[in-house]
Amino acid sequence: MTEDARAFAGARRPDRQRTVDSHGLAIAVHEWGDDAAPPILLAHGGFDFAGTFDVFAPLLADAGFRAISWDHRGHGDSQHAALYNWEADLRDAVAVFDSVSFDALPVIGHSKGGSLMLQLADALPHRVSHLINLDGLPSRRSNPDVSDHQRTKLMAQELTSWLDHRRSLVDAQRKPGTIEELAERRARMNPRLSAEWLRYLVTIGAREDADGWRWKIDPTLRFGGFGPWRPEWSMMRLPDIGVPVLAVLGTEPDPMGWGTAAADVLSHLPAGGRLVMLEGVGHFLHIEKPREVADLVLELFA
Amino acid sequence: MTGSVRLRHNRIELALHELRPAPGRPLLLIHGLGERSPAAVPTHLEAWPGAVWALDLTGHGDSEVAVGAGYFCEALMGDVDIAIAHLGRVTIHGRGLGAYVGLLTAGGRAEEVCGAILTDGPGLAGGGPSPTSPAVPTAVGAPPPGGTPDPWALYELTRDVRPPDYAATFARQASTRSGLDAALAVVGVNRPPWLDAVIQEPGVIECSLADALSLFANAP
Repeated sequence: MTEDARAFAGARRPDRQRTVDSHGLAIAVHEWGDDAAPPILLAHGGFDFAGTFDVFAPLLADAGFRAISWDHRGHGDSQHAALYNWEADLRDAVAVFDSVSFDALPVIGHSKGGSLMLQLADALPHRVSHLINLDGLPSRRSNPDVSDHQRTKLMAQELTSWLDHRRSLVDAQRKPGTIEELAERRARMNPRLSAEWLRYLVTIGAREDADGWRWKIDPTLRFGGFGPWRPEWSMMRLPDIGVPVLAVLGTEPDPMGWGTAAADVLSHLPAGGRLVMLEGVGHFLHIEKPREVADLVLELFA
Repeated sequence: MTGSVRLRHNRIELALHELRPAPGRPLLLIHGLGERSPAAVPTHLEAWPGAVWALDLTGHGDSEVAVGAGYFCEALMGDVDIAIAHLGRVTIHGRGLGAYVGLLTAGGRAEEVCGAILTDGPGLAGGGPSPTSPAVPTAVGAPPPGGTPDPWALYELTRDVRPPDYAATFARQASTRSGLDAALAVVGVNRPPWLDAVIQEPGVIECSLADALSLFANAP
């Protein structure tokens, strides 16, 4: 089964891999395509890793790009950190950019990676030449319609759960399992992706220990963190962008998606920006429709 | 200081200092941004009748720095919670950054915090009530001899956004879950927007330090 899972139609492992030091942390960088080709950077989503571009990135490489991605700190093959925040992820990204070129570069970001690249383009406009955002434009939080009393109770549970989690972190490890078990666990949050693809991801995003496979992602990271961040803090950056912008959204609801609607984006799209809605596609646009999304990207440079 | 213990919060070793042993519920001091725990009980806190402890937050004092940074106040709340796991129920005295972290902890572990005294100090305002123009600095200068305070902590914890309504939810948690009539006492002068919002919540009082110490010392 392991040998079967290591292959997926159209998937290609990176041609080169290296690490970049970001303020003492080793960030794993992965590249597809000719080393001398024009670079394009790809930022993955939260709880993903660069290997999730194994089908999409080769399409860009075959079209003449040097496609470069990196594992966010604590994800994939990058080093686990003591702390994680948005600013640190941005600095890690800049360290990767610096290792490629100090010129403005085209960037593609999916989900959290899209939101990160949006902020990077706003903060450092001289480093970004084109911004392609794949369902990485959070615009609203899905707050259930509950009473204040109930909301207070829910937050109490959230806080207690988060603090209990923090107390339990010392020497924490991810739960081991077979390739199938890890793929099934991931399918709960990626229900639109095929079992074959998820098994393939396990062989890249997990490591095989004596007692089974474990996702490489830092076990101290978990969904359901909290803080003051609001989705609109991300969307407010979009009108600032002065380079060509392509935003792509799927029309299908997805557990990992933001639920962003076309109207949410159109009201903030900068002059000349383009929004494309892909029918029948969920949050993982570049995985569900890699050829279509790659063609949209390539059109931007045509 | 009569002694220190080392506690682990995830990958960080924290220094928790015993400033004065005594029976009864401890007063836990949380310093301001860039500060460290005092070596002895400050004279203005001598009226506290019980034990006094002080925690060096991550990146400060004798606690370890976070390699690669990534500091945020909710993680520092986790630092305080690790200290509470060691000490049991405490009353908190927080200065500046420590006041904000004290508020978060009083809301997050309401049953284990018997009142929090919030006062002035470095880092009280943080990054303000809403995001400002984004920046991505790649250098902040060399750390001082000994490594703390971590310059990245000084940078990041002066830019973290502290929305008033977010802070108010923690005050509400403290009020509704602590079992105290007054769960938070604001004794400082400055009122950044988050603290202004906190003061509007039921169960939050403005008073003198002496009154706050007395109130919480006598709380059940």
